[in-house]
Amino acid sequence: MIAEMMSDGVRLAARGVHKAFGAVRVLEGVHLALRAGRVTAVLGPNGSGKTTLNKVLLGLVRADAGAIMLDGRVVTGTDAYRRRIGYMPQAPRFPDNLSAREVLTLVQSLRPTEPVDLDASIQRFDIATYVDRPLGVCSGGQRQRVNAAVALLFSPDVLILDEPTAGLDPVASAALKDRIAIERAAGRAILVTSHVLSELDGLTDDVVLLLDGRVQYEGSIDALREVTSERTLERAVAALLRADRAGASRMVTTGEAP
Amino acid sequence: MSAAQSPVWLGAQRATPETSVATRRGRTPSVVTAVFAAQWREIARNRWVLAYAIVLLLLTEALFQMGGSGVRALTSLLNLVLLLVPLVTSVFGVVYWHAAREFTELLLAQPVARLRLWWGLYLGLIVPLVAAFGVGLTLPLVWHRALDGETVRLLALYLGVGAALTASFGAAALWIGVRQDDRLRGLGLTLGLWFMAALAYDGVVVWLATAFSDWPLERPMLFAMLANPVDLARTALVLRLDSAALMGYTGAVMARTLGGGTGLAVSAFGLALWIAGPVWLAERAFRRKDF
Repeated sequence: MIAEMMSDGVRLAARGVHKAFGAVRVLEGVHLALRAGRVTAVLGPNGSGKTTLNKVLLGLVRADAGAIMLDGRVVTGTDAYRRRIGYMPQAPRFPDNLSAREVLTLVQSLRPTEPVDLDASIQRFDIATYVDRPLGVCSGGQRQRVNAAVALLFSPDVLILDEPTAGLDPVASAALKDRIAIERAAGRAILVTSHVLSELDGLTDDVVLLLDGRVQYEGSIDALREVTSERTLERAVAALLRADRAGASRMVTTGEAP
Repeated sequence: MSAAQSPVWLGAQRATPETSVATRRGRTPSVVTAVFAAQWREIARNRWVLAYAIVLLLLTEALFQMGGSGVRALTSLLNLVLLLVPLVTSVFGVVYWHAAREFTELLLAQPVARLRLWWGLYLGLIVPLVAAFGVGLTLPLVWHRALDGETVRLLALYLGVGAALTASFGAAALWIGVRQDDRLRGLGLTLGLWFMAALAYDGVVVWLATAFSDWPLERPMLFAMLANPVDLARTALVLRLDSAALMGYTGAVMARTLGGGTGLAVSAFGLALWIAGPVWLAERAFRRKDF
């Protein structure tokens, strides 16, 4: 399996991940593979396990069973592998009295061996005008730009972006999506979660649909369109959800249309 | 939007190793140092911490004006310090933990060991509070030129005891915060802990001593004092002040049983345990937590 994963360009993978919080089973045997140069959208309704899966991949939540693998090596329970990952949490609450520059400098100092150009990052995300202002007085959109700057401060092989366009104005949202496309072209493996499926159209290569902690669909977006006979991601996912409610079993699991 | 239409976000090139070398000259701080420094900047600018320092400063100033000497001002501050330091530290600690929760997750997503991150967060919480306490008590004595030998020795003991209480209750607040995701319940538990340690404990001890007055109680009372950091702090300060009227029940027993020097050493040792215990619990909970 490891050789298969490596040859398939898999960077980060979850293998058979189970997680329960008390009696609530949040993830049940989830498999996920993030491939180099591809954007994978993890979709699902509230409570389906998307955020928990992100956190398991990052080691913020410990899986009850299963493994996290980076380039075919098990990294579960270790810290250093996160050097290869950039994480953009959903609308984080930064410390009110710190400036964006201080936050970026802090994150930079936590990854001292990685190449970074702080000024270029400030320029890239258009935060120069308020980079020295306390984040407590910045708007939600401005903080989200800082959030993106933190995630993309380094050159990680893997990006995990949780609702990346939430709170951004249309111009900033479009620019961030363009940035994601550039990162994909640079060969990074990218995981994106979003409730707004139209945001992901044209950006996503692969789709993973989580329902009640299980992978209900995994495959390319082209295969999904073919399976559901729908043209947009939103309608295709709606078709999957309707099929689920109608009692259909998993439709596709390996990226190939049946 | 095309790439050409959003040049600011898209145009800049990634840093190369060469440019990074140019921008990262100098020493790289450790994880603990970096997190501590950021926490210090954040908390030292916090309005509640500034208010804490100012309130202590005004109280010290007022008591100095009324008493006319540093020793009298500090003596009058005793019970206030024993109530205020645990209260401010524990409430601020648990509220700050929950407020910074999402940022803590962002830091945890970096390639750092949880243990080091925890120490940075913990020191970054308590050191600004200790500094605020020190500024509030010391500045009025400095500008009144009241730092004679006895005042300095007493002030040093106050600062040490205040730092110990801050370290102990700060760790306890983090432990409660880490274990209790519900903010209100966490705050309630913290206030309950403060109420028991700072207000109710001595009353319970006196009640027990009265109820079992026919029994030899010196040893149980000594253990009772060791079981409460506020009692230990009070005893350490009062032994120095040599004021029986300010001693709680357990402090009086200790002064009579052990005497001043040994009593102070036992108090210091007990306070050290009351720092180590909550620190161990909080650090262990932080390392094991699912965020």
